[in-house]
Amino acid sequence: MSVDLATVKRVAHLARIAVPEADLPKLQGEINAILGFVEQLGEVNVDGVEPMTSVMPMAMKQREDVVNDGEIADEIIANAPASEDDYFMVPKVIE
Amino acid sequence: MTDLTRLTLTEARDGLKTKSFSATELTKAHIAAVEKGRALNAYVLETPDHALKQAAASDEKLAKGEARPLEGLPLGIKDLFATEGVRTTACSKILGNFVPPYESTVSSQLWRDGAVMLGKLNNDEFAMGSSNETSAFGNVVNPWRRKGSNVSAGQGGGVEGNHLVPGGSSGGSASAVAAGLCLAATATDTGGSIRQPAAFTGTVGIKPTYGRCSRWGIVAFASSLDQAGPIGKTVRDCAAMLRSMAGHDPKDTTSVDAPVPDYEQAVGRSVKGMKIGIPKEYRLEGLNPEIDALWQKGIDWLKAAGAEIVEISLPHTKYALPAYYIVAPAEASSNLARYDGVRYGLREQGKDIVEMYEKTRAAGFGAEVKRRIMIGTYVLSAGYYDAYYLRAQKVRTLIKRDFETVYAAGIDAVLTPATPSAAFGIGEKGSADPVEMYLNDVFTVTVNMAGLPGIAVPAGLDAQGLPLGLQLIGRPFDEETLFSLGEVIEQAAGRFPVTEKWWG
Repeated sequence: MSVDLATVKRVAHLARIAVPEADLPKLQGEINAILGFVEQLGEVNVDGVEPMTSVMPMAMKQREDVVNDGEIADEIIANAPASEDDYFMVPKVIE
Repeated sequence: MTDLTRLTLTEARDGLKTKSFSATELTKAHIAAVEKGRALNAYVLETPDHALKQAAASDEKLAKGEARPLEGLPLGIKDLFATEGVRTTACSKILGNFVPPYESTVSSQLWRDGAVMLGKLNNDEFAMGSSNETSAFGNVVNPWRRKGSNVSAGQGGGVEGNHLVPGGSSGGSASAVAAGLCLAATATDTGGSIRQPAAFTGTVGIKPTYGRCSRWGIVAFASSLDQAGPIGKTVRDCAAMLRSMAGHDPKDTTSVDAPVPDYEQAVGRSVKGMKIGIPKEYRLEGLNPEIDALWQKGIDWLKAAGAEIVEISLPHTKYALPAYYIVAPAEASSNLARYDGVRYGLREQGKDIVEMYEKTRAAGFGAEVKRRIMIGTYVLSAGYYDAYYLRAQKVRTLIKRDFETVYAAGIDAVLTPATPSAAFGIGEKGSADPVEMYLNDVFTVTVNMAGLPGIAVPAGLDAQGLPLGLQLIGRPFDEETLFSLGEVIEQAAGRFPVTEKWWG
């Protein structure tokens, strides 16, 4: 399978990465090189094979359902590019 | 006085114990080496004041006879590990000036055991790369040079000539250890990022079993493959480091609740009667004859030490790399969705929130990271998930089954080359086709796909005078056998220290 320019554009938007029109063909070529490389997986017979979900078999651990963290708003917003009154600030979302 | 930066970690530990020098002297020697080694670009942040404070505390402990396992030993920390109050960037512009208010579990265990932090080490951006050429802080220089090369210390503080890459993604870690800019370093390995740079720099690196080290506080790349481990000057040094780094952490559900052995006890243990598998699928067509000869030497050394050599088959080997280039980007695209310019790191302004996201991510991520996010987004998108991602995860099951079959038949460990070549020159690979660079991990990536432990040990020099490494792959949670076998190789091959400090 290979991707066309429209698909590259759509994927860039899905990934929330702005890609200038001029850069699309190069990216398309690189993505197609990688997709060409992974195509050989089609040769493998995977009938009846379970997909891997956990590389080391172990039971999912559970902890007590209690509050054990919190009251650290200052630390949480310390690295924010924009914040006010312990809120993260973003451009207006609702008109 | 001897050059303290030429000591191994465990030699330095013994020297501190016998009071041949103090932790402060040892740390000062390394701080000076780091400053003189700036042309190598191994460190992205130096923390000498922090180091001297820790060293002073270590000297007090040593004076009272209360030395902890890594007391007073200066280390470098890969910039993927969150360090409390110390800038952590994963060598990406998108993390900007991020200062974590918390410490990664692995690094906190090193400080618990008395180690000293010299600074943060360069790596490929988000650990995506095999040559340390994708870092936002620029390339790292390998302290090794080809015979007759024109590489030397330049006037402007950098290097002159076409230098070699140190491998990646833990290129800063490998370069710093090889050049004596720290006694040992932390590193991480998703497809070979500990073992390949170790092989390129004549150092030892071990990726432990998935779940051995907590991933908490390590910047995530591909969560089902990422594992932390050390790069050190010797097998014994790595054993000492891993003992402190490993262990259960309730904050990482994939970390394993099993006791951590004293790995150093395994160094020097007999390997007599062990069955070592030689997988025929690793004899790639067109394999560099020097690599093949090195592999044969490894076989001979292990045989001489009493191990039994068995030809084995791991039939799905050739599918590991293509499956990896679906699974790893898929997980990366999901993990890296968090970098949106809202909570931390870089933000570019946009007319609305979507444009802000898109501009922030366009400006913050480098080319390789963008490429992988897009591949990951594509293979997970509606209509393609089954054909790519689901199939790759099924192939992964088969890759793991290959190993389970040979281990069930009594194989104790598998011996392979670590890399298909020695270190290559800057800009030599991957500029036209990203797959060319990816092929570097052809021998290491199976180990991540199967979650197994793997160690790279230097075993010889090629015709250009550059180090080459061998890899040993173990059973799950049997790092001890790897340390025993690795020591046999180290004893037989000798060590490969960089002899001339040409950079400063």
